[in-house]
Amino acid sequence: MKYETVVGIEVHVELKTNSKIFSPSPNAFGEAPNTNINPKDLGFPGTLPLLNKEAVEYGMKAAMALNCEIASETIFDRKHYFYPDSPAAYQISQDKQPIGEHGWIDIEVDGEKKRIGIERIHLEEDAGKLTHSSDGSLVDYNRQGTPLIEIVSDPDIRTPEEAYAYLEKLKSIIQYTGVSDVRMEEGSLRADANISIRPVGEEKFGTKTELKNLNSFAFVRDGIAEEVKRQAKLLDAGEEVQQASRRYDEKTKKSVLMRIKGDADDYRFFPDPDIPPLHIDEEWKERVRKEIPELPDARRARYIDEMDLPVYDAQVLTATKEMADFFEETVDHGADVKQVSNWLMGDLLGYMNKELKEIQDLPITPKDLAKMIELIKDGTISSKIAKQVFNYLVEEGGDPEAYVKDKGLVQISDEGELTKIIGEVLDANEQSVTDFKEGKGRALGFLVGQVMKATQGQANPQMVNKILKEEIEKR
Amino acid sequence: MAKISKEQVLHTANLATLAISEEEAEMFSNQLTEIITFTEKIQNINTEGVKRTIYGNDNDNVLREDKAIRTITQEEALKNAPSQENGQFKVPSIMD
Repeated sequence: MKYETVVGIEVHVELKTNSKIFSPSPNAFGEAPNTNINPKDLGFPGTLPLLNKEAVEYGMKAAMALNCEIASETIFDRKHYFYPDSPAAYQISQDKQPIGEHGWIDIEVDGEKKRIGIERIHLEEDAGKLTHSSDGSLVDYNRQGTPLIEIVSDPDIRTPEEAYAYLEKLKSIIQYTGVSDVRMEEGSLRADANISIRPVGEEKFGTKTELKNLNSFAFVRDGIAEEVKRQAKLLDAGEEVQQASRRYDEKTKKSVLMRIKGDADDYRFFPDPDIPPLHIDEEWKERVRKEIPELPDARRARYIDEMDLPVYDAQVLTATKEMADFFEETVDHGADVKQVSNWLMGDLLGYMNKELKEIQDLPITPKDLAKMIELIKDGTISSKIAKQVFNYLVEEGGDPEAYVKDKGLVQISDEGELTKIIGEVLDANEQSVTDFKEGKGRALGFLVGQVMKATQGQANPQMVNKILKEEIEKR
Repeated sequence: MAKISKEQVLHTANLATLAISEEEAEMFSNQLTEIITFTEKIQNINTEGVKRTIYGNDNDNVLREDKAIRTITQEEALKNAPSQENGQFKVPSIMD
């Protein structure tokens, strides 16, 4: 039978505030276990939560950037469960009155635009981290109380590719707002997918399974595809899909059963009496809204319309805010738009991918890149030498002009000097000169190469071509 | 008719990870039903137009500036832990 895939995605994003959402403990990743905690984080009796204003505003910012309506009154609820990662035996979350609702993200798959609804965004606290061993489980509460937003999409996603595009877009928008690092490898962005299928034309949703612990967007995409195949096989065989949590095994490329969900989980939500309600007036909303920078779609449109960049360039350059900011700053330093785009999309992205580094981790600055492009433009260095200068900029960083002088990389454009070097090359390669005169065009390329070799790549290529031909004529 | 059934008592006990016997469940079912019946009198009060009360006072927007403060050390945190390993709390094996 032909089935339609129905997917909804839940994304948890850690907010990069200085302190935790309900306690003043530092909010930091990668520190020694159980050092960023206080009695509140450990769930000691008598401690009280005190809401972090910045966490609220970060949540508002993210919700606004995702086109949500912001609640005028919102409260916090307790979600109860027993598990060692939650010392209070409840998580403070938001149930019936989330901070944001009814948002959307526009995505594009194979040139087709589509709008994916966002049901809600709510604020909550993260739990501690468990590591399991054979004789027990170890608990580190550093992460306990880290502010989170949970972003719940509508079940609007129909293909694994749409899921991938949704996540990419979501990550990019959140990253632009600056409220999170959204680094999946550090767990500051986590995604779960609710997946069901139904016969084409059927309106009722099928039984869904939840695919959890997905470690990359590619695994989300592949995991959904695999789970859809599994469900279709069951239905075709006349069997039923069992409501359950599953995980995608990246090695075997199969979805594996984790836990069967019997009755709906009973978390016994109720309003947390320790946290007074939050009233958000229009003035507060407007003040936060003004802090949201220009978002990727708007920037992309500006690059295409005002800077005449190709759609592809605009897309790549706006994928992260850091890259877009770097691009604009380099252009502001007077460098040619297309040149900057080429260096960033080619050499810089190549280097970042190879070294697994982000642009902000590299010593290169927009000012130095602009200067390097200027050095190419005014003929000081050849584009070949520029690659060497570029490597210096991304690896060590510094003034390209000083580096070029220091290393003696200035392009040789002096006609007299080039004529002398070319004369020597021609003397040493008489056979090639003869070949060229007999019509073997390739011989010229060889001679150019020899000149470049003799000058360590520093000869001005246009001039070499011109003088070479003139000097051969004379022989 | 019992307002709080034995099944509800057992379910609640299970959620709270309390071990109770069938007899106890029966007893709590009766007791809780009596309590609920007693407090049901409150339902007769006319609350039309009265806003839902969640909190004991009228505070709102009680917020803290985002300033990080380190208060206790790892040693202090683990001081009362029955079992620990590598700076972490050690609990009986838990696997999903």
